[in-house]
Amino acid sequence: MGRFRSGAGLLGAYVPRDSVVHRAPAGLKLAALAVVSVAVLLVRSWSGVGALAVLVLAVAVASRVGPRALLVQLRPLVWLVPAVLALQWWAHGPARAAVLSARLVLLVALAALVVLTTRTTEVLTAIEHGARPLRVVGVRPERVALVLALAIRSVPVLAALADDVHDAQRARGHERDLRAFAVPLVVGTLRRADALGDALRARGVDD
Amino acid sequence: MSLLRRTNVVPDAGTGAGAGHDGAPGAAVPLTVRLDDVHVRLGERDVLRGIDLELAEHRVGVVGANGSGKSTLARLLNGLVVPTRGQVAVGGLDTRTQGAAVRRLVGFVFTDPDAQIVMPTVAEDVAYSLRPRRGEPGLPEAERAAVVHAALVERGLAGHADHPAHLLSGGQKQLLAITSVLVTRPRLLVADEPTTLLDLRNARAIGRLLGSVEQQVVVVTHDLDVLDGYDRVLVVDDGRVVADDEPAPALAFYRRLMGA
Ligand SMILES: Nc1ncnc2c1ncn2[C@@H]1O[C@H](COP(=O)(O)OP(=O)(O)OP(=O)(O)O)[C@@H](O)[C@H]1O
Ligand SMILES: [Mg+2]
Repeated sequence: MGRFRSGAGLLGAYVPRDSVVHRAPAGLKLAALAVVSVAVLLVRSWSGVGALAVLVLAVAVASRVGPRALLVQLRPLVWLVPAVLALQWWAHGPARAAVLSARLVLLVALAALVVLTTRTTEVLTAIEHGARPLRVVGVRPERVALVLALAIRSVPVLAALADDVHDAQRARGHERDLRAFAVPLVVGTLRRADALGDALRARGVDD
Repeated sequence: MSLLRRTNVVPDAGTGAGAGHDGAPGAAVPLTVRLDDVHVRLGERDVLRGIDLELAEHRVGVVGANGSGKSTLARLLNGLVVPTRGQVAVGGLDTRTQGAAVRRLVGFVFTDPDAQIVMPTVAEDVAYSLRPRRGEPGLPEAERAAVVHAALVERGLAGHADHPAHLLSGGQKQLLAITSVLVTRPRLLVADEPTTLLDLRNARAIGRLLGSVEQQVVVVTHDLDVLDGYDRVLVVDDGRVVADDEPAPALAFYRRLMGA
């Protein structure tokens, strides 16, 4: 796994289980995510953070995805949290730094729980439904959903391309030449976009 | 989830799609592809220069040098490319004016499955093929899931249903791309170098799959083993069909042409 490719782990992270959290409608989960996230952003007290932590933990247990899957999702925080903690400690003292860091972890854990228990298609369908009112201004909801799906699908594909380009440059001795990296990456990306357009047309997206 | 149910997935475009085409649904009646004096100009280049063909065989192969126009010929068959001059008709439907109907009859498999898989996970990509289309009621959710599952089982991909597509091997990705095309039950399957990116084992497997599906198949390939048992092989050179015969004589001609 190359350095870009491995970064694509967040996507398609769905863990199939039979749980109430999995069965809950995607739209409801997204709405709940929004509401609880706002709550997380608003609380300042330890008791508030504690209550939300209990809530997140309860959802995590109910989802039956297991601690490993959840920890994988939290892994990017290994770098972020110490940095934030240090900065806040320096600026506002230890108490506020701890609360802020805890809120950060809660936010990511909440989003992770939605990602782990919801198929991308369900998210997209929910967004498609949510975008329906925009029809009056000419938005095509199914197109909105398709674009999002393509964006998600493209991340690992382009990450793999970036790895290949990086390896090719290294093999030719251009270890840190940004232009030698960017040009083939952009060209490759455009070529792929072209091919994807053809594939979508072949699969009847315009029909 | 019987086979009969699955025929409802995409109603045969033979029903009410216009006059003068092959009509009767079912794989028994071959779909006729007709190219009439087809010229294609892309940019400054005459990529195809006067092609006249009638294809109704079960298995047709297309070979030729790089840049000879094979991909362009393949893309004509589902309306991805329309002729600059002349006419292409698939089952009596003009690809220029009835492209949408043509694409329901013709499934297309590309070289690079990464460009063709549009959804993040395996089952979702197959399900995408079954989305409701304009002017048609979609399948009920449960039925759609059942059709997807059956298709994945048939291709040995059921164990990967919820896996991200990017974690599949190259061979599995191509298998998924083909599954997503076949699930709409096209009458004709066109494949442009479907085995080029695969190792020998996967290339064999995909080649065998293309040789065994009930659909009519037109495959462009540099992998001549794929054409084993085919009914007809076209040799394209510099925008023209220069040989059109059974595989053995056509491939012998091609080898001589390439100086091999
Ligand atoms: N959009 C375009 N504009 C201009 N020229 C093009 C375009 N697309 C293809 N061509 C040219 O048309 C010619 C035929 O292309 P085509 O892709 O059909 O060849 P091919 O037989 O499939 O080749 P290969 O075996 O390399 O895939 C090539 O010389 C190519 O450079
Ligand atoms: Mg080609």
